[in-house]
Amino acid sequence: MPIWLQRQKYLIDFTLASLLRRRAKNLGLLLVYALIVFALASVMLYTHALRHEAAHVLAGAPEIVLQRMVAGRHDLIGEEHIARIGQVRGVQTKAGRLWGYFYDPAVKANYTLMVPPDREIAPGDAIIGAGIARTRGLSAGDYLTLRGSDGKAHTLRVAGLLDARSELVSSDLVLVAEPFFRAFFGIPAGQYTDVALRVRNAQEVRKVAEKLTLLLPDTRPILRDEVLRTYDAIFNWRQGVVAVLLLGAILAFVVFAWDKASGLSAEERREIGILKAIGWETSDVIRMKFWEGAIVSLTAFLLGYLAAYAHVFLADAALFEPVLKGWAVLYPRFALVPTVDGLQLATLFFFTVFPYTVATIVPIWRAAITDPDTVMR
Amino acid sequence: MIELVDVRKAFNQGRPNEFWAIRGVSLTVDANRVTVLKGPSGSGKTTLLSMIGCLSRPTAGRILFETQLLSGLPERFLTAVRRGTFGFIFQQFNLIKGVTVLENVMLPAYPLGGPRRRLEARAHDLLAQFGLAAKAGYRVEWLSGGEAQRTAICRALVNDPRVLVADEPTANLDTQLSRDFMGIVGDLRAAGKTVLLSSHDPEVYDSPVVDRVVEMRDGRLAGG
Ligand SMILES: Nc1ncnc2c1ncn2[C@@H]1O[C@H](COP(=O)(O)OP(=O)(O)OP(=O)(O)O)[C@@H](O)[C@H]1O
Ligand SMILES: [Mg+2]
Repeated sequence: MPIWLQRQKYLIDFTLASLLRRRAKNLGLLLVYALIVFALASVMLYTHALRHEAAHVLAGAPEIVLQRMVAGRHDLIGEEHIARIGQVRGVQTKAGRLWGYFYDPAVKANYTLMVPPDREIAPGDAIIGAGIARTRGLSAGDYLTLRGSDGKAHTLRVAGLLDARSELVSSDLVLVAEPFFRAFFGIPAGQYTDVALRVRNAQEVRKVAEKLTLLLPDTRPILRDEVLRTYDAIFNWRQGVVAVLLLGAILAFVVFAWDKASGLSAEERREIGILKAIGWETSDVIRMKFWEGAIVSLTAFLLGYLAAYAHVFLADAALFEPVLKGWAVLYPRFALVPTVDGLQLATLFFFTVFPYTVATIVPIWRAAITDPDTVMR
Repeated sequence: MIELVDVRKAFNQGRPNEFWAIRGVSLTVDANRVTVLKGPSGSGKTTLLSMIGCLSRPTAGRILFETQLLSGLPERFLTAVRRGTFGFIFQQFNLIKGVTVLENVMLPAYPLGGPRRRLEARAHDLLAQFGLAAKAGYRVEWLSGGEAQRTAICRALVNDPRVLVADEPTANLDTQLSRDFMGIVGDLRAAGKTVLLSSHDPEVYDSPVVDRVVEMRDGRLAGG
């Protein structure tokens, strides 16, 4: 083994032995430190995964949704409108959609009823989101009765549940067949809730939207990218709130770390003197303390980050859900797909490990450059 | 072997509480001899020993080790000389608490980065030589005064220095242990070491193993 490497090894071994000597103090420090990292990393991982999820879900959404407006309010759109869209160049496909909200007084929650464009559902059947299944205690084969706009009770047979993986957006969904939907809400044939448009070229989306507003002045186009931005803004805002709350905790930690690190005890000072007197160089002493800071902060970082990972992706961020998602009865309970953002990881690392290590070294450096003859006294 | 030429040392130089602890000492310490610095409290023995042992630097004057001028060396080289040439036995022993006897003995060798197995073997040999073989895994707080000092001696010897420096080595020992210590000093001399002691304990300066007693008073040599 090369000498410099063996030297580092000796220093690290001795550092570990030193850390164990002040076990209670160092364990306490490690715990507080890890807790801070845990909290910060949880927020970061959670919001990142959520945003990732939203983007993923929206990726399949149409580029433009066209709504008809009457007196500033969203209204049904008719077939003749849809036909005229065909005149706009760049529009690849167009399809009228049927969806609406339904308030269920039984559980005091809003459902989203929808006719799926891409799957056939037998009349009288329904496929429901996991949130509804949970709150109403339903499973496949059960019956769900809802009071329609005509005042009559409509009964649906639950044919299946929606995939829980996309629960973020599907928790409150009820998929039904077109005839049922029209009868339930009293929507005449040829009328739709809105129109979904696919645009071949992403660059053309804005242009198409402009043409649509000219061609159909009583409509409003909603662009997918704008929705995405709104989501982003909401998540950022929530993250900001949590960040502010955490800031207090971080400050407390910095004070704590600085106090711990800069307030060298007389005992530590004496030890530095002894080590220098028996032949350690100033740089050896500083290196040893560097390892001390690095070992504590790296361990804390790893522990905190792993705990946060488990918290967010295995325990579904149980501690944060209320703050970050807002309150809802049909609260989506979904397992986020684990994603880690390298830049976020690096940022967190830089703002925790780096200051701590520096905070431990600076006072040591001051103690280590003094003459070692004080140990003779 | 060690030559001091008109060495002076001031504390707090340039400030109102400036104090000249050493006021012109010229002295030659011979190799393979036991030399004792003797003198009343405050006469500057510790200060002089620190300068000889490269723990601090003289304010004025020169210190030579063989032909090498120590007083002008930069700190890095001074540390290297201290580590390789001098072994220290302190009055308070100055062992590092919380780690084992063995680790304490090995500490001065860490910056050299030699192979661990060889270092451990050497430390075990030294401990055995001083009757501490059974205590290698002990924490130093559990040691008796005599054992602590012998641990400190092992530590001072681990890098095989040519000169041993001991400041008031018997101040914390009873008469019997002091005699034992002087016995060890005799053995070290026989093994070819140069030993430099400071003491106002007759057990030390009247011991038969001592070759030379240098008297100090008020930062100077008494009677030259
Ligand atoms: N860092 C310092 N600052 C100011 N004065 C100091 C310092 N170190 C030592 N002195 C003074 O220098 C003088 C010599 O001190 P030194 O410790 O060398 O004496 P000594 O001969 O070893 O005494 P003792 O036998 O009591 O150990 C003393 O008067 C002491 O107060
Ligand atoms: Mg003294």
